[in-house]
Amino acid sequence: MSQFLQLLFSGLTVGATYALAALGFSMIYNASGVINFAQGEFIMLGGMVAAVLTAAGIPLPLAVLAAIVVVALVGLLVEKLAIEPARDADITSIIIITIGVSMIVRGVVEVTLGKGGRALPHFSGETPIAIGGATLLPQSLWVMAVTAVVVAALALFFGRTRVGKGILATAHNRLAAQLVGVDVKKVLLASFGLAAALGAVGGVLIAPIATTSYDAGLMLGLKGFVAATFGGLGSGVGAIAGGLLLGLIETMTAGYLSSSYKDAVPFVLVLVILVVRPRGLFGLGPSERV
Amino acid sequence: MSEASIPTTIGRSSPETTAAALATAPGFRARHLPTIVLAIVLALLPLVLPNAYYYDVVIRILANAVLAIALNLLIGYCGQISLGHAGFFGLGAYGSAILTTHYDWTAPSALLVSAVVVGLLAWLVARVILRLKGHYLAMATLGLGIIVTIVLTNEASLTGGPDGMSVGDMRIFGLRLYGEKVWYPVFAGLVVVAVVLAGNLVESPAGRALRALHGSEVAARVVGIDTASFKTRVFVLSAVVAAIMGSLTAHYLGFITPQVASFHKSVELVTMAVVGGMASIWGSVFGAALLSLLPDLLAHFEGFETVIFGVILVATMIFLPRGIVPSLARLLRREGR
Amino acid sequence: MLRVENLTKAFGGVTAVSGVSFEVTKGTIHAVIGPNGAGKTTLFNLITGVYTPSSGSIVFEGSEIGGVAPERLAKRGISRTFQNLQVSMNLSAIDNVMTGAHLGLNSGLLAGMIGLPDLGGRERATRIRAAELMEFVGCGAYVAAEARSMPYGALKRLEIARALMANPRILFLDEPAAGLNHTETHEIEDLIAALGKTGITVVLVEHDMKLVMNVSDRIVVLDYGKKLAEGTPAEIRVDPDVVAAYLGAESEGV
Repeated sequence: MSQFLQLLFSGLTVGATYALAALGFSMIYNASGVINFAQGEFIMLGGMVAAVLTAAGIPLPLAVLAAIVVVALVGLLVEKLAIEPARDADITSIIIITIGVSMIVRGVVEVTLGKGGRALPHFSGETPIAIGGATLLPQSLWVMAVTAVVVAALALFFGRTRVGKGILATAHNRLAAQLVGVDVKKVLLASFGLAAALGAVGGVLIAPIATTSYDAGLMLGLKGFVAATFGGLGSGVGAIAGGLLLGLIETMTAGYLSSSYKDAVPFVLVLVILVVRPRGLFGLGPSERV
Repeated sequence: MSEASIPTTIGRSSPETTAAALATAPGFRARHLPTIVLAIVLALLPLVLPNAYYYDVVIRILANAVLAIALNLLIGYCGQISLGHAGFFGLGAYGSAILTTHYDWTAPSALLVSAVVVGLLAWLVARVILRLKGHYLAMATLGLGIIVTIVLTNEASLTGGPDGMSVGDMRIFGLRLYGEKVWYPVFAGLVVVAVVLAGNLVESPAGRALRALHGSEVAARVVGIDTASFKTRVFVLSAVVAAIMGSLTAHYLGFITPQVASFHKSVELVTMAVVGGMASIWGSVFGAALLSLLPDLLAHFEGFETVIFGVILVATMIFLPRGIVPSLARLLRREGR
Repeated sequence: MLRVENLTKAFGGVTAVSGVSFEVTKGTIHAVIGPNGAGKTTLFNLITGVYTPSSGSIVFEGSEIGGVAPERLAKRGISRTFQNLQVSMNLSAIDNVMTGAHLGLNSGLLAGMIGLPDLGGRERATRIRAAELMEFVGCGAYVAAEARSMPYGALKRLEIARALMANPRILFLDEPAAGLNHTETHEIEDLIAALGKTGITVVLVEHDMKLVMNVSDRIVVLDYGKKLAEGTPAEIRVDPDVVAAYLGAESEGV
């Protein structure tokens, strides 16, 4: 039982970061129909920048904030320089562009910050909290709490603000949104900035638990993509559920079955989901159109 | 079924029409001259290659060229993306390695069996995932490739795990293939064969159907093109080619690690196909050469390989979306007018 | 030759086609008309296998074809064009037309690789035939052109040539004159009439009333997804329901 609880805690912690990554994917997908293969690099970048800044003596809260802002700017830059000029390209080309972007980000980090792993100090100490025979790191609470706050904030953002509603409208029907005066270009830009910031938040939260390095983004991004697909591309609820489920299944597999095949789990899962229910758990039904 | 209800009553044949029609067929020169030039260059190349290192560089280009041509049939002609082709390459490589070292199979039979198994696997996967479009297909193939890598890394008793395993020489018809100079003609021959076969395919009714379904799937279906079957067959074809090249490369290198099946390798293959030119056989050859040489060319920029790789990828997609070779060819044609 | 019975198609809550029945006789030109949103194109998409009917039946030469995929309908001799152009812009014009002959050619991958389909001049004959059909439909000037460099009107004809290339038993034309100017419409009208003379069965959806009245043997009028009337052009012209519901505003022009 205590082992189960332990796995539950770590599963939810990892799952929360997957959920944030999946939300980033969904947001960009909704606004532009693009799957951003560079989303994982935003996560990595967030952790790395924060780690470097704290190592340079900058107080943690400030470093975290700066990391999020820097990554959001990178997100805007990516949209402006790489995505916008290729708006009319087909899906294959855009997938390749985002893969290219991810290589550039990874490469630049490798060259400037080095290949070594980096860690961020825990936000509020490393004394584990004992619950029912299992232990929970305070950082795990941070991860879950911040994810919850972010999700709530996003819900407000999309439900109440003009920009949020604009993004939703664009997702629903680009042309109609344009007609009622939504600036689709700005929506795209905003969604990249926001998705990058989300990625950075995830990266900063997880960095104290799992050390981060220049090449950590690939797996994180892929798993975020899996989580998004799992829940149903473009669905916010789906992204969160997909992320949490994925984290849980992954840690449970590692705990009860085989830790060496832990990383294979998401991909086996996504293959099964794509076969059984291609639109994901919470995706919309297929539409019939010529 | 083929009982024609409107045969020759529609449209008249005239010498002018016939001439105009035949003028649109690719001529012998356009179709075969580049291949002949390639064959001659490859035949003469050993005269100028100074040592084994350069042979190795050329062999890597040739192997990648075959892979890129096969993958381009899928990406450029079918419009389907695969981010897991290195997985098939890896399965071929490890299939040959494991069967020859652990089970004492002969190299050709190991290659054959690996290729058939990969073909079956690809067929099975294609049946299911080629119904998916765009991003979903990318995700599914990517997942497949990563699963292969993870299995190869973890089944250490068979594969040697992350440290890799050594592979014996290939013997075929009593001939022992060993060393760069012996392998060179093998890979050179394969490239010429691949260029010829792919060239024929693209100009055949099947190739036309592939290009047509890329342009408009519904229009293709309406004239009777079974688009699902075509996609499946091309997927299987390109996977089998990857497996065969994997087997040969494993024997040539003599040592393989799970990296041969990695996501990075898959991306590299896709890059070769699209940077050189989607739906262009010569583009694939060029892309393979460019990206295989890149690490050597960038030796002075230690550490910047990934960045430069990414920049090339993004810049090509934005500025030359059709790829380098088709864009250049277009430019030359315009100049010539 | 073709019998549609009680055909219905609903998208979610919207019934685009509702209980439509009619019959097409071999060797005639049949038109389906109706105001925008009357369900004409949906009806076409149902018959040509793009959509699956919600209920009802479509019988072609004695067998049920409702819900049969387009590529299998092609084998039975059903060919069509599209209202919104469906031309493969990555191909040359003549290659587009040649795809129409797909079913008559060896389309195996391995066969293609070793150049088998080319033996005996099959490709050559196909190419010549394609050029002849391009000439016939009136885009002979574009035999050597790339599809993407052709004007809209010529592309509409190119689609007809591609459909003819398949030697269809029945040909569906989805708004062949949509977006064409007066002269071009007139030429398309002549083309359809010429097709009719060859004995091929033609079904067309069209907005241009004059064209429909001039070329059709029979006309089905749809309104709000239901069949409003059916008859010869002369009958339709004086049908009170049709005049009231659809032609009223423009009846002087008819």
